[in-house]
Amino acid sequence: MATNTTLRSPLGRVRGLGSAKGGTHHWWMQRVTSMALLPLMLWFTLSAALLAGEGYGSAIAWIGQPVNAVLLLATIGIAFHHTAAGLQVVVEDYVNSEWAKLGAILTIRAICWLLALAAALAVLRIAI
Amino acid sequence: MSIMQDSREATMIGRRTDGTPIRRPLSPHLQVYDMMQMTSALSISGRITGVVWSIGLLILVWWLVAAAAGPSAFATVQWFLSSWIGMLGLFGLSAAAWFHTLNGIRHLAWDAGHGYDIPTTYRSGRAVLIGTGVATLLTWLIAIIAWG
Repeated sequence: MATNTTLRSPLGRVRGLGSAKGGTHHWWMQRVTSMALLPLMLWFTLSAALLAGEGYGSAIAWIGQPVNAVLLLATIGIAFHHTAAGLQVVVEDYVNSEWAKLGAILTIRAICWLLALAAALAVLRIAI
Repeated sequence: MSIMQDSREATMIGRRTDGTPIRRPLSPHLQVYDMMQMTSALSISGRITGVVWSIGLLILVWWLVAAAAGPSAFATVQWFLSSWIGMLGLFGLSAAAWFHTLNGIRHLAWDAGHGYDIPTTYRSGRAVLIGTGVATLLTWLIAIIAWG
């Protein structure tokens, strides 16, 4: 045991900076979503490439197929989770003012949620 | 020491031999490293391509919402994406996406404890670069054949 040379309590030290034992969840979810996105993005890239030059009708037909709609919804949810988590880490690393950091992270969260919901609604409107 | 206001302070906390804390720089920073090395260049590229890919996600949302809105909104997206700017942007995005994906696989291997030695790190880095080029060209080959 190191000698405690400050009068700060362990709780005080944690509040100042450092581990609060919740750090691995964010990290782990970023890995989990990245693994899920590997097949989803491969599928989407291939499908998008095959849709190149096709018109409105074939795009609607493709989105409207139940399998594609479900995979699109999964892609939207997981991709926005991964993006929000990744952008949060970038902000945490480079924004040093506490309020600007918090504001930027909450803004990213809000935008990601709204865009994900808009995209999901679009898929559902076409598919249902 | 008081509560830190700036996370950079964490790299400035040393201890005297008697254990009392003192503010002093602990490690050299970016300027002492060659940032064009394969290791550090690919590391920051992984982050940059991740940020770039979020723009790609915006285009996906635009495309889906326009498709749901109707033929005229969809035609606007199609017009933009098939313009020179749009095509250049999509090409850049596909390259960034492939890099981020392949580099991400490299990171997953590291997370599982594999490939940490320097020769393997350089070899996997070269593989990611070559893979990015090949996969990007293959993607566009498929798109061009589908278009034709």
